[in-house]
This record gives sequence, C-alpha cells and structure tokens, in this order.
Amino acid sequence: MRTQVEDDKGLTHEGLKGLRDNILLARSQKIPHIVIPSGTCCQARGSSDVVEAFQKAIERHSLQDKVALRTTGCGGFCQSEPNVVIYPEEIYYQKLSPDDAEEVILKTILEGRIIDRLLFADPITGERFTHLKEIPFFQKQRRLLLSDNLRVDPTSIEDYLSIGGYSALSKSLREKTPDKVISEIKQSDLRGRGGAGFSTGGKWELCRKAKGDVKYVICNADEGDPGAYMDRSLLEGNPHSVIEGMIIGGYAIGSREGIVYVRDEYPLAVSHCKLAIGKAREYGLLGHNILGSDFSFDITISMGAGAFVCGEETALIASIEGRRGTPSQRPPFPAQRGLWNKPTNINNVETWANVPLIMKNGASWYSLIGTEKSKGTKIFSLVGKINNTGLVEVPLGTTLREIIYDIGGGIPGNRRFKAVQTGGPSGGCIPSSLLDLQIDYEGLKEAGCIMGSGGMIVMDENTCMVDIARYYTSFLNDESCGKCLSCSKGTQRMLEILTDISKGNGKDGDIGLLEELAIVIKDASLCGLGQTAPNPVLSTIRYFQDEYEAHIKEKRCLAGVCKDLIFYYIHPEKCQACLICSTNCPVGAITGGKGLVHIIKQDKCIKCGACLDVCPTRFSAVVRLSGEKVPEPVVEGVKVIRKREKDVNT
Amino acid sequence: MDSSGKENNRNLLSILRDVQEECGYLPEERLREIAARLNRPLIDVCGVATFYRSFSLKPKGRHQIKICLGTACHVRGANRIVEETGRKLGINPGETSKDGKFSLETVMCLGCCAIGPVFVADGKYHGQVTPTKVEPILKAVKD
Repeated sequence: MRTQVEDDKGLTHEGLKGLRDNILLARSQKIPHIVIPSGTCCQARGSSDVVEAFQKAIERHSLQDKVALRTTGCGGFCQSEPNVVIYPEEIYYQKLSPDDAEEVILKTILEGRIIDRLLFADPITGERFTHLKEIPFFQKQRRLLLSDNLRVDPTSIEDYLSIGGYSALSKSLREKTPDKVISEIKQSDLRGRGGAGFSTGGKWELCRKAKGDVKYVICNADEGDPGAYMDRSLLEGNPHSVIEGMIIGGYAIGSREGIVYVRDEYPLAVSHCKLAIGKAREYGLLGHNILGSDFSFDITISMGAGAFVCGEETALIASIEGRRGTPSQRPPFPAQRGLWNKPTNINNVETWANVPLIMKNGASWYSLIGTEKSKGTKIFSLVGKINNTGLVEVPLGTTLREIIYDIGGGIPGNRRFKAVQTGGPSGGCIPSSLLDLQIDYEGLKEAGCIMGSGGMIVMDENTCMVDIARYYTSFLNDESCGKCLSCSKGTQRMLEILTDISKGNGKDGDIGLLEELAIVIKDASLCGLGQTAPNPVLSTIRYFQDEYEAHIKEKRCLAGVCKDLIFYYIHPEKCQACLICSTNCPVGAITGGKGLVHIIKQDKCIKCGACLDVCPTRFSAVVRLSGEKVPEPVVEGVKVIRKREKDVNT
Repeated sequence: MDSSGKENNRNLLSILRDVQEECGYLPEERLREIAARLNRPLIDVCGVATFYRSFSLKPKGRHQIKICLGTACHVRGANRIVEETGRKLGINPGETSKDGKFSLETVMCLGCCAIGPVFVADGKYHGQVTPTKVEPILKAVKD
C-alpha cells in the first residue's frame, strides 16, 4: 500500500483535486475566449502578429475583463492559418490578417455578429461554415488527442489541469498497482504509433520483467519522416499529455528516469517541453514522491542533431549516450539491455499521449474505437496536393477515400488523384484503385505500405512516381549510417539507376535490377532503415510500372517533372507578346520583344518553369512537353498579330 | 562539466551544440579541448561531430538560409527554390557566399508541411515560397 505523505512542496491526490477546483472556480465566469493557434507553421503564416493585434484591440477597448485571449498549439487545420476560434460558440475565422482583429472585437465580441468574409468556404461548393464543428474537415474526425490542443495554452500547466490533466496519473497511482496499469494498457490494445505497431502494453511488460534496478523510459520525438509532423504538434501544443503518459509508464515499468529525445529541428517543441517539465516539477508531479506516493520519477530532454536513423531505437540510445547514431544488433532488445545497458522502454510521442486517455476512460472504452486489430485513433498529416492540408485524427479503419475526399476536400484544381504515400521513406505508395482501403496496420501492410508515423503525402497527376522513388532513395542513401554495406552502397546503386532513368538514360532490365537489389538490401541490412529502404521503389514499381517504362523506353515523363525529359515551349499562335515570361526568366533565355512572338532558347533554358508559372492563364501560351521533338521555332522577329482583349477572352 | 563520465558523454551533443552556437561552427582547437576534457580520443569526438547533419566543421556565413526538402515541399517544387536561391547567391547547398553573408543549407523536413515549400532565413519561416519570392526574402535580410 502506498502512503499518503503530505510533502512540503508536492501535491497530494486531494491537493491536486483542490487545485483543479480552484482553477475552475476562478475561471467559472463565462466570458468569451478567443483562441489563436500558434504552432510553428501558424507562426510562419503570421499568427504572432495576429495575436499582437488582438491584444492591442482588447486593450484599446478596455475589454481585458470581458474577453480572454489564449494562444495555443496547432489546431490541425493548417490550410486556414492564421485562424481564431471564439468560444463558447466555437466560431471559426480563418486566414486572418492583423487588420481583422479590430473588426472581430467590434462586431463579433461586442455585437455578436458574424463576419462572413472570414468564414471558411468549401473549396468546391463555396458553402460557408460558421462553427468549427460544422466544417467538413473537422466533422468527420474523431479528435481525442488533437482537440485538447485548442483547449490549452501549452505554456500553462493550469490550463492542462483545468481540463482534467494529471487526473489519469492520480487515478493510476491511487487505484492501480504497476501490474494493473500494464494490464489496462494491454487490454486497450494500444499499438505503437511510431510505425511498427508493436503492442505497447506488451512492450512495457517486457521491460518491467527485465532484471535490473535502474530502468529508463524514453519518449521518441525524433520525428524524422519527411512529411510527418503530428508529434511536433502534440509536443508543441500539449506537452503535459506526453509527460503525464511517461510518468504513468515509468510507474508501470518501475523506472525513475525518463528522457525525451527530440530532434533539434523542432525548437518550439523543445522549449514548450522544457517549460512543461519545469512546471510539473514545481507542482511535485515530477520528482520525489509524486502525489504523496512512494513513486519518484523525473524527465530530462536530450536533443538530436539531424540524423534520421536516430529514430531507430538502438541508434537513438547511442545518440543519447553521446556516440554516433549507428544501430546495433537486436537482440538484446532495449527492453533487456538499452540505455547505459539498462532495461529501456521507448515509445513514440503519440503513443505516450494516448496513455492518459486510456487510464482516464478505461481500456474497454478505448478498445471500442477502431478495428479489430487496430484500436484507437491515429493522427495523420495530410499534406501535398490536397485542398485541406492539416493534421487529421480519425479512428483506425477509416478509408482512404474518407480521409482524402471527405476530410481533405479532394485535390486542388480538380486534378486527378494519383496516389498517396504513407509511412515516410520506409513506406510505400497507395494508388487510386485502393481508395476504399481501410487504414489500419494490417490493411496498409497488405497494400505494400506501412503505417509509419502517419505522414500522408497526396500526389496528383503532376507528381512523377519515378521522381518520388528517386527522392526517397536519395534521402535514405543520405541518411544511411554507413554500417551495413548492403544499405549504404545498395541504396547508392539504386539511386544511380533511378537517376539514369529520370535522365532518360534508363536501359531495358533496369526495373529487374532494382528489384534484385531490393531483395539484397532488405535481407542483409541490420536495422529498420535498411530493411525498409527499398519499399518506395518496390511499391512504385508495383503500381506504376508504366511510368517507369515510359521513362526508359519513350524517354517521356508523363507528369512533366523529370527535367532532362521535358522542355518548355511557347505556342507562337497563342503568345500575346506580353513580356511577362521574358522578364521573369532568370537566365534570359526568352527572346522576342514588345509585339514580337516570344521564343525560348532551348540551349539556354534551365527548365525552372518560371515562364509557365507567370504566363497569364487567359493566354496559356507556355506549355511543358515531354517525349516529343521540340517544334521548329518560328522565324525570329515575326510580329504577332495582336488580338483585341475581348477576342482573347472568348 | 561534471566528473561523471556517463553524464559527460550524454552531454557531448549538447556541448557540441553550444560550441557551434558560440563560434558558428566547430573549430579544431575546441574539438581537441572537448576530447581532452571528456577523456575520449579526438577521432571519437570528430566521429560524432561529422555524423550529425546539424554540426559543421567549416565556418558559416553571418546569415543562415535553410530550405526544406521534406516530401511535402518536394512535391510542391522545393528543388526550384533551392536552385533559384543558389543562383542568386552564387553557391550550392552546404556552401557559404563569397562575402561571408549567407550560408545555404537544405534540411529534411521542418514539419511545416502544410505551407511548403518552406524557406527559413535566420530562423524566420516563410511559407509557400515560389522562385520569384526568393530575391525579396534575401534582400530583406540585413547585416
């Protein structure tokens, strides 16, 4: 039995409850809340200026007591940033500029009027939505984790406490033995959100049973998959949920020390996490005798330094130990011999954030969500060629079609959906024929992909699959630690072949050679990076072999991406000699002056595409062509027969 | 630095990071000093310093340009941004301009995928950058 010692500094279970009641009481006065998400990407879009403008507007109208302002982490709907949500009604205004603050305060806060111009409009139907929950992007999601991002200021532990934060920890310490916590997590069927999908409870049990008095608990926040940022968003937006999960994990496993290993490309996540750890210590939620129990636990931060392979468990451990981040042979698994040779349990950020939810609501509640073998929700970062870019949290088992069309709003410009890439460099591409695939661990594996950390990069007809395979292979070749020859040289050889193909130097038999190399790299590499390195190549060959063949046989890049296989051309009969392309050409490759047909000098052209970008759509004179001969240019100096404006428009 | 070897080794990455922040890169004499203090062979410390992408053994420019080459940025044409920036500065990624003003680096995903291509000048993020926006951003960076 644990004793309830009243500590001078620390809180007891009752103290925690009292503290929460006090916070809620102080906030019981119902005043409107203006919530401004301000994660890294929101800030890149100017959310900080919007926050400042609102602060000033509130002061100007002396409304400090009538309205509260809260900056939070990422709200998930990145497409609409900077945005604000006005509580309690959850009015959602998007794409604000600092100048809009005054109007929002005057009209919406003081007069209760809605400003139509700032509402989200559906890109296809044009329908406008007033409230957050009506917007299709949010409506189809189940935001168990992400919804808290809008409810807490990540720098305020009081905010987290006010939404019931640390009550799962209190409940676990009060009501459950460590073994009971583990069986609860096992029963929930929570699987690792970092990619492999191993049972979290099972992993904890292995570590708890491992011999040793010192054990470590690590949060893997080395979110290296390009195109995935859900972990950044959680650490930035709600760091206490991750910390609470880790404390519960530490208690269950029998560890006194936790480490958050976070990549240094995420400065805001690091600073919010540091701040949260400091606050938790101040309240006695970290440190000696947590909540008056005999359980002590503390967390420190270790920062990465830009090495993708350090997301692999053994490489991550090497990196914390101050060594080169090269993976080592497993077994022994980290659960047996990990950091400093002690039993170590490593889970991903999102996995940790799920733990308090499960402990608070119970395993049976959690296991109602999802499919038979994949329980709970998963956050995906829906990016690339998609209308509604952002973080999407859905129950596992949701179909790809629902994610891309219902939530994501389809492909911009009505272009054709080609594929979605999941699982980062270790994953693969899912073609449009599999749009009704249920997204869970098993479904993705069957399609030749993996869950990975949850990046979903949507590709349209203008994405070249050979280029995508080349991109990932180049990434992996760059990030291969060099320990296994099969991986470091194998990916290099693959990259050479893919580069040849994309340059039009592909040969018959190249596809077969790639497949042969893939087998060797998979079989002979030590860690997950090497073993999965051929996946992007294999899955693109599996579903898009015709594109490879077009590159090899016809020297044609259907998507118009591979530079050596394309050229830009100006239709002489469409060119209106407007000079826009020639002034924007960075290398002066376009000839023809005022009133003269513009001509691209092919030998000077660097194929940057600037001319195509700037050619007015009403002319559409510049085109990108592939697999055909450059048409003979019209004789230089031929004058354009100028059409009148109204003819051009018709 | 405290006397415990375990803690010192654990801190190696943050020691290197501090030195790099102070000097802008990792000078040889400092690496020697660190190796001596940690009681580790120099080759070991250099091995770590060269393994991680964030460390540089060469001096950098006064202003850091980072261009994201994550997948989301890549499919939206980040390469064109790299090329245009390189052309404007007369350098390749990994190099420093002759006047010592700019260093150009590419990074693998900054996690701002919604606003790609992302261009970071001295820690300030610029989203949805097109080749024509590069020059104004560079011009706005003042010594």
